[in-house]
Amino acid sequence: MVAKFDLNDDSVVVVIGTGAGGGVLSNELAQQGVKVVALEAGGRYLPEDYINDEWDSFAQLAWTDARTTSGSWRVARDFAGLPAWIVKAVGGTTTHWAGASIRFQDHEWKALTTYGKVEGANLLDWPIDAAEMAPWYEKAETKLGVTRTGDRAGLPGNNNFKVFEKGAKAVGYSEVHTGRMAINSRDYDDRMACQQTGFCFQGCKWGAKWSAAYTDIPRGEATGNLEVRERSHVARILHNDQGKVTGVEYFDKDGNLQMQKARIVCVAGNSFESPRLLLNSASSMFPNGLANSSGMVGKNYMRHTTGSVYAIFDKPVRMWRGTTMAGIMQDEARHDPSRGFVGGYELETLSLGLPFMAAFLNPGAWGRSFTTALDSYENMAGMWIVGEDMPQLTNGVTLSDTKDQFGLPVANVNFDDHPNDIAMRNHAYQRGIAIYEAVGATRTMPTTPYPSTHNLGTNRMSEKPEDGVVNKWGQSHDIANLFVSDGSQFTTGAAENPTLTIVALAIRQADHIAREMSAGNI
Amino acid sequence: MKHSRELKRPVSPQMAGLTRRALLARAVAAGSMAVIGTGFIAAPDAAWAVEVTVITPEQMATLVQMARDIYPHDRLADRFYAVAVKGYDDAAQQALVAEGVAALDAAAKAQGHANYVSIGWEDDRVKVLQAIESTPFFQTVRAGLVTGLYNQKEIWPLFGYEGESFSQGGYIERGFNDIDWL
Ligand SMILES: Cc1cc2nc3c(=O)[nH]c(=O)nc-3n(C[C@H](O)[C@H](O)[C@H](O)COP(=O)(O)OP(=O)(O)OC[C@H]3O[C@@H](n4cnc5c(N)ncnc54)[C@H](O)[C@@H]3O)c2cc1C
Ligand code: SF4
Repeated sequence: MVAKFDLNDDSVVVVIGTGAGGGVLSNELAQQGVKVVALEAGGRYLPEDYINDEWDSFAQLAWTDARTTSGSWRVARDFAGLPAWIVKAVGGTTTHWAGASIRFQDHEWKALTTYGKVEGANLLDWPIDAAEMAPWYEKAETKLGVTRTGDRAGLPGNNNFKVFEKGAKAVGYSEVHTGRMAINSRDYDDRMACQQTGFCFQGCKWGAKWSAAYTDIPRGEATGNLEVRERSHVARILHNDQGKVTGVEYFDKDGNLQMQKARIVCVAGNSFESPRLLLNSASSMFPNGLANSSGMVGKNYMRHTTGSVYAIFDKPVRMWRGTTMAGIMQDEARHDPSRGFVGGYELETLSLGLPFMAAFLNPGAWGRSFTTALDSYENMAGMWIVGEDMPQLTNGVTLSDTKDQFGLPVANVNFDDHPNDIAMRNHAYQRGIAIYEAVGATRTMPTTPYPSTHNLGTNRMSEKPEDGVVNKWGQSHDIANLFVSDGSQFTTGAAENPTLTIVALAIRQADHIAREMSAGNI
Repeated sequence: MKHSRELKRPVSPQMAGLTRRALLARAVAAGSMAVIGTGFIAAPDAAWAVEVTVITPEQMATLVQMARDIYPHDRLADRFYAVAVKGYDDAAQQALVAEGVAALDAAAKAQGHANYVSIGWEDDRVKVLQAIESTPFFQTVRAGLVTGLYNQKEIWPLFGYEGESFSQGGYIERGFNDIDWL
């Protein structure tokens, strides 16, 4: 029975956003008997609704409300209104995601200690470590059904992977495999095995890929403790004279302003919307925004050092067939400053369909250099770089002069690469090119980063209140009953795709909140 | 040569009962251009036609040529470029097109040509486009083509792209790992 809670029920936990962080947190709390109202700005779409078509799917699922950009990153020029490629829907960006699910390396929890001070970077150690996170990672891997963990087999490699694997091995790499993926290699947890349809970014129509939309959300609802209100856009978090949060104001599906009372509020709107909401909730008591005594709300934005390498061969590859992210090379993930940068990176296969390739291969380019590359689309292989980028105080989210459809200031996203990011990206481009040349590429194309898919760090976790926004539980340093539950808590980004860590942190946070609630502490 | 097409506007009586839209559809389906009514432009050697009601046939012909020169694919017939720019035949776009085409022809003249479409070699037309590359007109046309051209499902097979695959059961039994030359 799906729950229905009263707007004046101040015993509920309100979760804002239902993606990797919020969707999992909502279910985990509901499973423990906690009453949850999850407010989600987007609508509800399930596998039967997903569309095997890049632009139609984008129109269906992507967050296209206004945002603005600044800084020297190329995205600000090519996609000024689209700094991120993320989702507005029940389940959040777990509908779009490719499913790569890898743990942080142990040293990455302690970036400042391991790398030392890096000029211009605002590095910090996480207040938690690998030993603390190990059991939560295991729970997350079990929930997501991650291949190559537990007794789950790896996925078979597609054409794009075979090219990548052969090239990577030819240049001497050894940690090359079809990845640890939240995609079923055989039926698991009521979800079927991957059919290699190749539209993982458009929502998996088979449900083979884990998404909160059709796992955690309905399971949470089935407990009778979770009410998901879709098309409900939270505008402001409210607080009382004691500085405790008391509820939220949101625009419902008809555009009417509603107020939901709450015992606890958890913010999980992804790394642009979460800080934006805290900043838009400024009051006379908290003139710089909620939870912002450190001034760190919106700062230290990270997006991973990314980029792609596409290569053309003299014979067909047909990279779009099968899983979008079909394999990984991890030899460069280590920290080895002799390469000219701190931290490391992963290389993962990636494919875009022809429409997205035209949009993202070299945005703004025209003429034969560009079109002859597309002419060879069938013979293309592709990989994506994901590496640790440096947190910087000047990178991040501030309130823009532009207003959204509700009249609320939108997020402006400012970003400049750190020299470490550039050195890492150039290294990765060269290694990627070498991999493809080793298997006979006739042309290689180091491709600029896309609008951000990994968005991290804008409400970061810190030991000391002056260094960040939340403590090691994701609880804000300033307000005990206000939590951050998404990727914006990341202290540093590590080289790995973030979602497994977001999910592990959400499971851990749910456990903590439930315990603290029953102890009467919050 | 396609870029030096001739503009014709004859009226064909036996087709009077058919709508222009139907004609266009038929022409595309048949793969050959049967007839041209008032407001149509087409080349005698081209398997396409596009109806213009607001902008002039010459302006449309310039847009089609410009589209091809921006994203030249020799295996794509003109009709795909025509479809990609036909949205400019719209009152809201009329001024942009008129000023843009005039600026393009002026840039062509400045480089010693009669006008843009009469330039024989693509390389020479590209030089003219480079002269107006930073204008809103060029940027609008180029940006619009990214979806207007490449999101036409009909062109995907020409690039080998297979599109939707769910209804066919994915590629698990249709070659997801069939590479044989490695
Ligand atoms: C194409 C693509 C591929 C990816 N592949 C991978 C991968 O292979 N591996 C990996 O680890 N990660 C991957 N990611 C990243 C991953 O999807 C994100 O890291 C993850 O989903 C972030 O979780 P989140 O909870 O922070 O935010 P989201 O999942 O984005 O959820 C946030 C939700 O909050 C809602 N919201 C925002 N503001 C409000 C508001 N004011 N009121 C109400 N609701 C609001 C949004 O609509 C959204 O539904 C990929 C992302 C993309 C786009
Ligand atoms: S390739 Fe597999 S995981 Fe990806 S969408 Fe298809 S069935 Fe789902």
